[in-house]
Amino acid sequence: MMPLLTVRNLSVTYPTRTGLVEAVRGISFDLGRERLGIVGESGSGKSQTGRAIMGLTPPPGIVKADALSFSGIDLLKAGPATWRDMRGSRMAMILQDPKFSLNPVMTIGRQITETLRHHENVTKREAQRRALDMLEAVQIADPERVFGLYPHEVSGGMGQRAMIAMMLVCGPELLIADEPTSALDVTVQLEVLGILDRLVRDKGMGLVFISHDLRLVSSFCDRVLVMYAGRIVEELATADLGSATHPYTRGLLDCTPKIGESRHPLPVLERQKEWAA
Amino acid sequence: MTIRIENLSVTFDGFRALSSASISVDKGESFGLVGESGSGKSTLLRAVAGLAPVSGGTIEVNGEMLSGNRRSRAFRRAVQMVFQDPYASLHPRQTVDRQLLEPLAIHGIGDSDKRILKALDEVGLGPSFRFRYPHQLSGGQRQRVAIARALIVEPEILLLDEPTSALDASVQAEVLNLLEEVRSRHGLTYVMVSHDLGVVTHMCSRLAVMKSGEIVETLSSVDLAGSRMVSDYTRRLMVASKGFTREAV
Repeated sequence: MMPLLTVRNLSVTYPTRTGLVEAVRGISFDLGRERLGIVGESGSGKSQTGRAIMGLTPPPGIVKADALSFSGIDLLKAGPATWRDMRGSRMAMILQDPKFSLNPVMTIGRQITETLRHHENVTKREAQRRALDMLEAVQIADPERVFGLYPHEVSGGMGQRAMIAMMLVCGPELLIADEPTSALDVTVQLEVLGILDRLVRDKGMGLVFISHDLRLVSSFCDRVLVMYAGRIVEELATADLGSATHPYTRGLLDCTPKIGESRHPLPVLERQKEWAA
Repeated sequence: MTIRIENLSVTFDGFRALSSASISVDKGESFGLVGESGSGKSTLLRAVAGLAPVSGGTIEVNGEMLSGNRRSRAFRRAVQMVFQDPYASLHPRQTVDRQLLEPLAIHGIGDSDKRILKALDEVGLGPSFRFRYPHQLSGGQRQRVAIARALIVEPEILLLDEPTSALDASVQAEVLNLLEEVRSRHGLTYVMVSHDLGVVTHMCSRLAVMKSGEIVETLSSVDLAGSRMVSDYTRRLMVASKGFTREAV
């Protein structure tokens, strides 16, 4: 079976006054209809990877790859029109903070119907019906009311549900979620993850889940890529997380305090130069 | 008893952010406040520092009754605060040296040269960091500077408002270790706000769980770890902080 997404030797570089900064340095992976987690600390290149797949690397960033294809389409050769057709309908992205990623001057309902009306030939009434269905699918209790609200009128958890609704309304095949729950409280986090989990499973999407939280990712995904300094240092099935071999992965797992454990002082990650090599 | 707060209320323009909260913290103790956003945990901390509009109740620190937002000079030296975001709490156009000099100048403490070097050394930053600007430091290094700034006036109580939540997990471990080390060396009292139950139980012996401006329950970290809690809300928080499972949802 052909993978949904193929990434071969992807690199993202930014020219700066002091020379080239290599944010992503030659990573390769395949994604089927599964959940793949990408984990790393700030600056590891995890978000840049997600953005490059969506074609959202801001200028003057340069994306290079031996191959970057999404269900047979060569993304490296895609022009603006191809990208416009694909983003939002076949591939979608959820960002971290709904406060910044929703349009503040459009109602939530209009933002969802806009996606639909752009990509599919539907009537206004049909678009509205599907938007309401989608709001219901993300467990918003009163979809009619939320449909007419502006983003500042809803809580963070509600905003993130609206964002998920907007991204999934066209039924994309690939979803990239970049820290989708980091701005939310733990109990809300759980609800949002539950919704995402169910929708991804029911619709059979491919999911790339980007996060700094190794434990969260491992509880949610089938497979995890651990990134460090722009490279993949380890790839693991989440079931084998306990037997991670790379010292960076082990260090990340060890250094967070857990309830009911007494370790004073906490083990600290000793960074080795050769990890970045 | 170092800090005794009774029936404290804080009201912002008619909105009750904190309603009759009571806690007491012993000398040398480390006390945690946990809750979700909007639960009033930071407000409680800021009320102690005199940074919130108190509308009722009493705060007593080191035997001194505090009224309104007026604080004595002795209080301002004995109680120091470390904020969440080291990107926002340091002056972007002042060197580390200048930021550490400020509290010394305010309190009229001499011998600044030696004290600045000692404070930097204490938080694990060498003298080479002394004349750098915040933008030349990483997040963890900035938080170390913020801690040095609090420690330089030799306080007795540190108010910590989410001191590690803006940091990566590996850097968080380093800063938490530093805070514990400093506390045992100087016998400090900590009041620490966090949304992370793991961090709070690691750092504090007792904690209060807060929800919508009220204290739901006060219990020891050992009881929390052993699931000996009274309220359902604490239990929910505990389940949520263990991470995602299909069953939990």
